[in-house]
Amino acid sequence: MEVFVVSLLNGLVYGMLLFMLASGLTLILSMMGVLNFAHASAYMLGAYFAYTISTYIGFWPALILAPLLCGLVGAAIEMFGLRRVHRNGHIAELLFTFGLALLIEKGVQMTWGLLPVPYRVPELLDFPLFSVYGTHFPAYRAFMLLISALMFGAIWLGLTRTRIGLVIQAALTHPDMASALGHNVPRIFTLVFAAGTALAGLAGVIGGNYQVTEPAMAFTMGPIVFVVVVFGGLGSLTGCFIASILMGLIQTFAVVFDVSLADLLAKFGFTVTSGTPFAEVLNVTLPRVGALLPFLMLVLILVFRPRGLMGTRDT
Amino acid sequence: MNMLRRHWPWILAFVILLAIPFLFYDWSKGRHSGFVLTLMSEIGVMAIFALSYNMLMGQAGLLSFGHAVLLGMGAYCAAHVVLLVKAGTIWLPTELVPLAGGLGGLFFGFVFGWLVTKQRATAFAMITMGLGELVSAAALMFMGFFGGEGGIPVDRVMNTSLVGVSYSSPWQVYCLVLVWAFVAAVLMKLQTQTPLGSMANATRDNFERAQFVGYDPRMVRLYQFALSGFFAGIGGGLYVMIYEIVTFDTVSAAKSANALLAVYIGGAGGFFGPILGTIVVVLLQSGVSLLSNAWLLYVGILFIVMVMYAPGGLIGLLFMHMPIWRAGRMRELLLPYARAFPPALIVLLGFVFLVELTSFTTIGAAQGKKFSIGGNVIDTTAPMPWVIALAMLVLGALWLRREARGFRERWDDVMDGIKRQGAMS
Amino acid sequence: MSGDITHVPAIELRDVCKRFGRTEIIRGVNLSIPRGERHAIIGPNGAGKTTLFNLISGRFPISSGSITVDGRSTADLAPQEINRLGLSRSFQITSIFPRMTVFENIRCGLLWSQGYRYSFWHLLGRQKALNEAADQLLERLKLSDRRNLQAGLLSYAEQRALEIGITIAGGAEIILLDEPTAGMSHSETDSAVALIRRVSEGKTLIMVEHDMSVVFGLADRITVLVYGEVIASDQPAAIRGNAAVQEAYLGTVAA
Repeated sequence: MEVFVVSLLNGLVYGMLLFMLASGLTLILSMMGVLNFAHASAYMLGAYFAYTISTYIGFWPALILAPLLCGLVGAAIEMFGLRRVHRNGHIAELLFTFGLALLIEKGVQMTWGLLPVPYRVPELLDFPLFSVYGTHFPAYRAFMLLISALMFGAIWLGLTRTRIGLVIQAALTHPDMASALGHNVPRIFTLVFAAGTALAGLAGVIGGNYQVTEPAMAFTMGPIVFVVVVFGGLGSLTGCFIASILMGLIQTFAVVFDVSLADLLAKFGFTVTSGTPFAEVLNVTLPRVGALLPFLMLVLILVFRPRGLMGTRDT
Repeated sequence: MNMLRRHWPWILAFVILLAIPFLFYDWSKGRHSGFVLTLMSEIGVMAIFALSYNMLMGQAGLLSFGHAVLLGMGAYCAAHVVLLVKAGTIWLPTELVPLAGGLGGLFFGFVFGWLVTKQRATAFAMITMGLGELVSAAALMFMGFFGGEGGIPVDRVMNTSLVGVSYSSPWQVYCLVLVWAFVAAVLMKLQTQTPLGSMANATRDNFERAQFVGYDPRMVRLYQFALSGFFAGIGGGLYVMIYEIVTFDTVSAAKSANALLAVYIGGAGGFFGPILGTIVVVLLQSGVSLLSNAWLLYVGILFIVMVMYAPGGLIGLLFMHMPIWRAGRMRELLLPYARAFPPALIVLLGFVFLVELTSFTTIGAAQGKKFSIGGNVIDTTAPMPWVIALAMLVLGALWLRREARGFRERWDDVMDGIKRQGAMS
Repeated sequence: MSGDITHVPAIELRDVCKRFGRTEIIRGVNLSIPRGERHAIIGPNGAGKTTLFNLISGRFPISSGSITVDGRSTADLAPQEINRLGLSRSFQITSIFPRMTVFENIRCGLLWSQGYRYSFWHLLGRQKALNEAADQLLERLKLSDRRNLQAGLLSYAEQRALEIGITIAGGAEIILLDEPTAGMSHSETDSAVALIRRVSEGKTLIMVEHDMSVVFGLADRITVLVYGEVIASDQPAAIRGNAAVQEAYLGTVAA
């Protein structure tokens, strides 16, 4: 029971973090058709920027400044890179962001070194908030939940209460229609791209010290965010939200339950020995499969339900 | 005789490639340079791999992020076959080990292809990425087939050669690689001229139209994917012969990215683009990585520049000059090229200098390396080198921009002239 | 038995409906087109003509009703399977293989019908009969001098002609042409009409067309589609005199 509650909370925290990343990617992919490989790189940049800023002027300014910096980087990428590549089609755009992700990883390695940097939780929040069944729940995780909930609210308000938000909503489901409405599409694209990148940066600021800030963090996070976006479905922020939370829970719970198919079979009276066919597959424990699960889901969804959970069209 | 006349470029290339190692032959000791042979063998394998990748990207318009899976599965299959032969369970000539890899690649090409070819375009890119991650994670998980982190070491000296060669020396292996690379390249070239190859182009251009001439685009993709797996698998089999070990590294995302980078830098449009790209990438990888930590950064920059300014790749840039060459007006471009060269060189040097300064301050320092040019150690923490590098980059860029404008005018002039000539004749 | 077969219509639609979400685009269309007929479908914009083509050719699934081609239901068939029954179509927006040469475009249209399927062991350069057939078709299309040009570089009218060529290359007995003369000048339209007349000789032709001179010049029978319903289907002279048609369609053109 205690494991369950703690895992539920942790899964929620991780899920909200994923949503902060995935929401921006969903917006970019649905509206612009760009599968942005560099999205997780913005997450990494956010963490590194926050680390550097916090060593000089502290964590709280970094919380504001690092996402803004990321947003600026995003705007520059869209205006000087993507827009130029755009006329060569979506595949060229995808390749461009792929190259960019490669460069950012290398750039980060060269600027901050190959090893993880000591980006830590601010002291103010470094205490256990409460404990369930003897397990402490750190205050910082509650803070992460708070930030992501605030962000979620802000996005929601922005999309439903502002004029530009309504245009973005329309463009989400009908990307071809936006230009027909006579809006300045390039500017909206830049805005969405910058906002999405800034969100990813924010996720990096609060996620970098929750996980580890290292050059490989983008390449481990990137595919998982793709899975969430595909799982949630193109053009649906609600689907994206549900998928993020589900993915957070799945990954957290997979680590907790140390069981394998062999254990399951044992309950039904089958004993798996090394002589059993596929013994290796049956003996793999769930925590080890946990890392595989997102990719398995990605493949299965794209094969059997390319529309995702709540998508308006096929991926 | 007729064959010689028609296929002389292939034969010439074969002879040249066979001769190159002798340029580095150490006559005093009477042996080949191991480094050069391994490097050229690697180019051979990666060229097959890149060509097989281009069967998807160039021919069928399919952007895969998991192509190394096919190379790797071919390599694992070949390694197991070698083990079986060594154990005496089966008999197979050493020369046919790559074929075993190819058949393994073909099999997994069908299995994985059945899943991934349900999609095309962006979704295909994603699903191949998922598959690649899945297989590389599985490679670390299952000891039986993949050997875990240690991989599967083999001994290539099998004593089952058809021509009595032991394959104990790199030179013998290089010859095997060369022959197989040519066989594979010729077959892949021929494949582009078959109904399947032609319909792969058609589904790339317009999959709906392909449906309405009676073809199922999904089946075209599937067969194309499986065949591409066959050739990638041959590459995998050769990989086993060169390195005598297969690790999860062969199925990794980095290997897949390598093929993508090579094909795009070389150019997906022409058949020989991927080969050119492979040579560039492998040379940068092997050559630059000896001197610098940043080879992947350079490759990445080259890739982005290509995506932004030359989507046809290096081969596309060469082909752009064809009409001018045919019109015999290349001479008129000599001067503009010569004028653009110095600033381009300065920009390049400034950039490399800057990158290396950064790299040595962080990674180099951590590894205890010193940045030295021509024996002079450079203090990367002093401001002077940074100022020089930046100045070279900025001033060079400004100069290059001016020359580039002049170059473009000259180019347009020449092209206009050729077009007008063409219209008159 | 064999006598019966000639009485089976080339295409038959029974109570065909198509809904996109809640909007009903095609509302219970019944249509029977006998073999060898040149049939035109006309109607105002948004009447569902192109949608009807997409349903017949299998590009979209129908919501209810049935469609048969040569007496065979096409309910569960993919577009390529319907094509293999002998039905071929062109598109309103030119649909060719732009990065392949004109010759290769035509050859792609021929491959399946000549039995090459997914072969990767035939070298196309050595298939004499195939290449000759492609060249002959190019001759008929008057595109021989463009043979080795990239199809994407052809002029608009040439691309339209090429598309008709790809459509008929496979020897389909039923040909669907979607606005084959749209966007053409007068002289281009005339040569396109001549081309269509030549290539549809002895075959079943169904076309959507806005140009009334083309329609009345070519068609044996005309169907008028308004808001997803057939309001008339008759010979040209009768259509001209039909009051409902004049009110719904021709009247607006005249005005």
